[in-house]
Amino acid sequence: MIPSAFDYSAPATVAEALGALADAGDDVKLLAGGQSLIPVMKLRLADPAMVVDLGRIGELSGVRDDGDALLIGAMTTHHQIANDPLIAEHVPLLAKAAATVADPQVRHRGTFGGALVHADPAGDMPAPVLAADATFILAGPNGERRVAAADFFRGYFTTAVDDGEILTHIRVPKYTGWGAHYEKFTRVAQQWSIVAVAAMVRVEGGTIAEARIGLTNMASTPVRAAAVEQALVGAPLTREAIATASAHAAEGTDPASDLNGDAAYRRHLAEVLTKRAVIAAAGL
Amino acid sequence: MTVTEVGRARLRKEDAHLITGRSRYTDNITLPGMLHLAMVRSPFAHAKITSIDASAAKSSPGVVAVLTGADVAAQQGSLPNAWPITPDQKAPAHPAIAVDAVAFAGEVVACIIARSAAAARDAVELVDVSYEELPVVLDLEEALKDEVLAHPDLGTNKSATWVFDSGEAGTGKPIAEALDGAEVLIERTFYQQRLIPAFMEPRSTVVDPTGEQITVWSATQIPHILRLMLALTLGIPESKVRVIAPDVGGGFGGKLQVTPEEAITVLAARHTGKPCKYTETRSESLMAAHHGRAQVQKVKLSATKEGIVTGLDVHLLADMGAYLGLVTSGVPILGAFMYNSIYKFPAYRFECTNLFTNKAWTDAYRGAGRPEATFAIERLMDELAVELGVDPLAVREKNWIKHEEFPFTTVAGLEYDSGNYEAATAKALELFGYDELRAEQARRRESNDPVQLGIGISTFTEMCGLAPSRVLGALSYAAGGWEHAQVRVLPTGNIEVVTGSSAHGQGHETAWSQLVADRLGVPFENVEVLHGDTQISQRGLDTYGSRSLTVGGMAVLAAADKVIEKAKIVAAHMMEASEEDIEFADGKFSVKGTDQSTALGEIAFAAFSGHNLPDGFEPNLDSDATYDPQNFSFPHGTHLAAMEVDTETGRVTIRKYVCVDDVGVVVNPLIVEGQVHGGLAQGIAQALYEEAVHDDAGTLVTGSFVDYLVPSAPDLPHFTTARTETPSTTNQLGAKGVGEAGTIASTPAIVNGVLDAVRHLGVKDIKMPCSPSRVWAALEEAKMTGGVQ
Ligand SMILES: Cc1cc2nc3c(=O)[nH]c(=O)nc-3n(C[C@H](O)[C@H](O)[C@H](O)COP(=O)(O)OP(=O)(O)OC[C@H]3O[C@@H](n4cnc5c(N)ncnc54)[C@H](O)[C@@H]3O)c2cc1C
Repeated sequence: MIPSAFDYSAPATVAEALGALADAGDDVKLLAGGQSLIPVMKLRLADPAMVVDLGRIGELSGVRDDGDALLIGAMTTHHQIANDPLIAEHVPLLAKAAATVADPQVRHRGTFGGALVHADPAGDMPAPVLAADATFILAGPNGERRVAAADFFRGYFTTAVDDGEILTHIRVPKYTGWGAHYEKFTRVAQQWSIVAVAAMVRVEGGTIAEARIGLTNMASTPVRAAAVEQALVGAPLTREAIATASAHAAEGTDPASDLNGDAAYRRHLAEVLTKRAVIAAAGL
Repeated sequence: MTVTEVGRARLRKEDAHLITGRSRYTDNITLPGMLHLAMVRSPFAHAKITSIDASAAKSSPGVVAVLTGADVAAQQGSLPNAWPITPDQKAPAHPAIAVDAVAFAGEVVACIIARSAAAARDAVELVDVSYEELPVVLDLEEALKDEVLAHPDLGTNKSATWVFDSGEAGTGKPIAEALDGAEVLIERTFYQQRLIPAFMEPRSTVVDPTGEQITVWSATQIPHILRLMLALTLGIPESKVRVIAPDVGGGFGGKLQVTPEEAITVLAARHTGKPCKYTETRSESLMAAHHGRAQVQKVKLSATKEGIVTGLDVHLLADMGAYLGLVTSGVPILGAFMYNSIYKFPAYRFECTNLFTNKAWTDAYRGAGRPEATFAIERLMDELAVELGVDPLAVREKNWIKHEEFPFTTVAGLEYDSGNYEAATAKALELFGYDELRAEQARRRESNDPVQLGIGISTFTEMCGLAPSRVLGALSYAAGGWEHAQVRVLPTGNIEVVTGSSAHGQGHETAWSQLVADRLGVPFENVEVLHGDTQISQRGLDTYGSRSLTVGGMAVLAAADKVIEKAKIVAAHMMEASEEDIEFADGKFSVKGTDQSTALGEIAFAAFSGHNLPDGFEPNLDSDATYDPQNFSFPHGTHLAAMEVDTETGRVTIRKYVCVDDVGVVVNPLIVEGQVHGGLAQGIAQALYEEAVHDDAGTLVTGSFVDYLVPSAPDLPHFTTARTETPSTTNQLGAKGVGEAGTIASTPAIVNGVLDAVRHLGVKDIKMPCSPSRVWAALEEAKMTGGVQ
């Protein structure tokens, strides 16, 4: 497992990193936690001539209060996301999803930004971020631009990040007081999601006032279960009502078939897991 | 003699260095001027090699040479198959580097030799191989038709057909008598999926050709067999080959092999005259190290209405893969003697057809033949119970060999020396809470609970302690089954034990020290166990088939006994007594009826100095012993699994697992416990998780651990393990072997439990591994076809 030879630079600021990207031309890769990039390089599925390591850029790491939202640095690790007090208070969904990623070693190296830019359809962070309507902040040669979560995930392993750009921060609105749950279905404990459901609900006096639901691995990108969200609004806080609403979970999805199950099985799982996720999020 | 060590749960001697990283695996070995190898492997499962252009690779920086099959055709010979099961067995030539054609994806077509591992790896891409693709045969039923041939030159996919018939063997009646007009006939087809041994340390070989002998370090279970086979295959005098198995990180049968890569590393070292190292990547290991299981079992069981089994007919298709490895062809035969398991059948017939396909070759994998057999019979006993509407335990009890009937000659012709199935089962039931769980199962069924409960049973036995040499000869295996040991009492009184067993994780250093400490009455710490180097342990047949203690351990005891006999002569001489009056206990030789005694160490020093020894006495206190067992040993046990099936998702969870194993006398309960846990994990893995899957072109789809699902600790329940102890009467210690028991027993317990949970919903069978999607699909299908039977 030896990658092809490559050049390496480790800039200290975003500006320097952008410079390094510009200098390197086409054949360059950014390195965050390396938990996806290094394996594909070792398998020689990627062989960039230059690797620019974001690991020394302090400003890209950490979680900050930004008024009605949290500003999360792209280099914040899964471990930090899972254990950060601000996230626990305002967007617990992220913490719950991050805690299901791989194992402690991977969570200590793998980053929030890396997972989002990698955009694996089975990855656990995109669906919660989509459900939370986060905004992606990208730095590029022409300055900064912002992309809404709904426009960020473009396809299989593809995002709105252009060549020469760096994802610096993710701005996640606060959902203080909402119930949240990430229901992940795997065959063995440490595995990518076969299907997973990210759910947030706001309960008001015995009924569901608002719901946000993202699905993992039900298409080439994360998807919102919009039909379920609509059906839940105003529904009574009962298992039956939630089950009825969850029956819409597979609408508009396009899951793949693989060794873990075919598309029909995934559609079925989406319904069952949505029901379970919403029930748990609502604290039933 | 006071027994203080045997039976003691000692921590393993080996562990301190292994867990603190002071281990020495083959890949840790670096020699001056050493070159590194990388393999160019075929992406196609079946193709002719039309040309190879290695010029770009040869001029790549750091590359010393590139070897192709044509380059080494004269030296490489054909890799060995030591088990021609029939005189007319067909086998293709098996070159280490393919010459004209490849027969599975992953086969080596060229080898890069370079100054660094990175340089070797870089050059792999530069070798331009032209292939002409050929049609592939992947499925056993297809292979049987002989329409597409895995090796066109062979003219057939059939390697051999092997038959055992109790009528012909005189061990029982003809099967036809049992099947014709049977009151109850159960007919099933079971699929043993392909598995990958997935040992933790990938295979690795270092060869140093610069000394008098060629020294080969290899991650192998079989240094002695490897030495012989490398010599025979490559035409090097055996005396010129030394094989060392340093620390070896697991094998499970997967390193019971003479591999192409080992032969290639020798060829590369001889070609360059320099030390060479090859370490495979995990991807290469999954793709090209031998696989296991891969059989289709068509079975018929006949019984009376009362549930007495009258006969068993087994038709097996066994997937050899593309070549015959060391014991590939014999693996199903090892199972042939186990289909009758713990039961008394009057009639039994077994027929196995070994077939070639364009996949990696199969060979021994933990249990080798016996898990397959045990799975089939234990699934059938459950099916019989369902058919008759009786408790599955009751059916088993009706048919098993009673404790008072031992020794018992089975319908397969083996003599089981001992066993107590009643005791193991009673203990298991008690620990399990069988009746309570059955009551809960009824409640869940009644209330239509989305989570259903099932109880899986597996009462098993196995034959291990391979093996009496004569029996192996009768089965046309090329070697014997003895083991060798040396015990040397050093002048200081410390003991060196040399064993022909080759530990690769089992803990022989600890267990053998315990055996010898007791036998010679010396402290455990004073015993050193040496193994795994043909220059140190000159004779041996290595470690597999749960043979180490029952064969290798007995050789150690025999050698220790010889030392005692020898020491008695010196003791008598030193104490001026007659030999008959010398007694040995607690490490001391004393003169009967006196308080005169001499310690073993003093005698060892006297034997070493030679100053005052009896006439004709050879100095030193050493001995050699070779032990050839008279019979196999037959561990047995009762395993019970409570399985929960989430009918909404198909997910299966092990709620409770109880196993009571009878492995005879136990030397170290901690080691036994470890073997049981690991064995259970691998058996459960077959039932629920692991499967080597190929696409239609014969490419391995489960080519990494992302897709080949090896369970880890969080996926397994707390195991409740216990033992009964019915000593083997075949060896002096009463030990039976525990290396494979858990793997053999657990697979059917789990699958029986899953089926028991959902059978009332109309599910009749689920192929292994019982993944959530398969369980869910089976439930859906049952719904469509009308639900409850
Ligand atoms: C054994 C194992 C198990 C895993 N299991 C799971 C799992 O269960 N669930 C799950 O979700 N994930 C899992 N992962 C993946 C893990 O979450 C990775 O951390 C993640 O996919 C990538 O994050 P990273 O920081 O390691 O990124 P890297 O691997 O360093 O980079 C990934 C890609 O993103 C690009 N990139 C990274 N950061 C930026 C940035 N700031 N701006 C622009 N581009 C950037 C890189 O150039 C690269 O193309 C697993 C990984 C391993 C090794």
